[in-house]
Amino acid sequence: MSEHDHDHSHDPITADGEPPAAARARALEELLVEKAVVQREDVRRNIDRLVSRSPADGARLVARAWVDTEFKERLLADARAAAQELDLDSGPSPVVVAVENTETVHHMVVCTLCSCYPRALLGPPPDWYKSLPYRSRAVSDPHGVLAEFGLELDEDVELRVLDSTADVRYIVLPRKPEGTEELSEQELAALVTRDSMIGVAQPVAPATA
Amino acid sequence: MERAVHDRGVWPTDMPIDRSEHELADWELLTDALVSALSSEGLMNVDELRRGIESMPPDEYERASYYERWLFSAETILVEKGVLAPGELDARLT
Repeated sequence: MSEHDHDHSHDPITADGEPPAAARARALEELLVEKAVVQREDVRRNIDRLVSRSPADGARLVARAWVDTEFKERLLADARAAAQELDLDSGPSPVVVAVENTETVHHMVVCTLCSCYPRALLGPPPDWYKSLPYRSRAVSDPHGVLAEFGLELDEDVELRVLDSTADVRYIVLPRKPEGTEELSEQELAALVTRDSMIGVAQPVAPATA
Repeated sequence: MERAVHDRGVWPTDMPIDRSEHELADWELLTDALVSALSSEGLMNVDELRRGIESMPPDEYERASYYERWLFSAETILVEKGVLAPGELDARLT
């Protein structure tokens, strides 16, 4: 294996700060539009959809599950159907699974083979999720990875690492932080970070009064 | 059995994880959107996208950034299907 165990291109960067792939992508679009294989409007619409997705959608699911036990049970049974209750589309992947962190079990998610991720609920995955070191070390050294993210689990907590596939994607339902009994569902959602739904962090602690 | 380059679970490493956040560049968004459009047109599904990525020469795979792999795959699949002629994209760039 080579020394290039990271995820950055070594290609020269052009004067305007772009790699050669940028010109290649634009030329590909031009060719495909000329050939009427794709429509430019469809490409623009796809870009708009991509940038409109964010972890806020997943956070709504988590906050609802925190305040509504019956919803939580439905979410854990069938995340796609539960998301539809909140008018959220879980995307094209056939199965979306929500897994619950508890006092005794902590889940973290990886895709060792590529970058499978519940993009429709969390937005595009962060770079580190797609990086070669994360994809390797999440399974070989998960505790070390969590430590790098600043998360240390109590010794009696079982750590389960879930490896996503194109057909099955996971979203973590993190533990509700203490001291949040008085918060509204919307205020709770603001505590739910992207990383807490991947399982590499806990939700943000509430501001103390 | 030779271990495939994309199968990172079997490639142990001590490399630290670069946790810096990165906004997707215009060309990365464009590449993602093109692949989605090709998928809507029935020209390339997620399994083909992955097969194209996993067919990259191992050195190139490790060197490439994420969306460079997608671009490589799209071009590979489109040439296979006769939508692009071999070398057509290169010719456009010169």
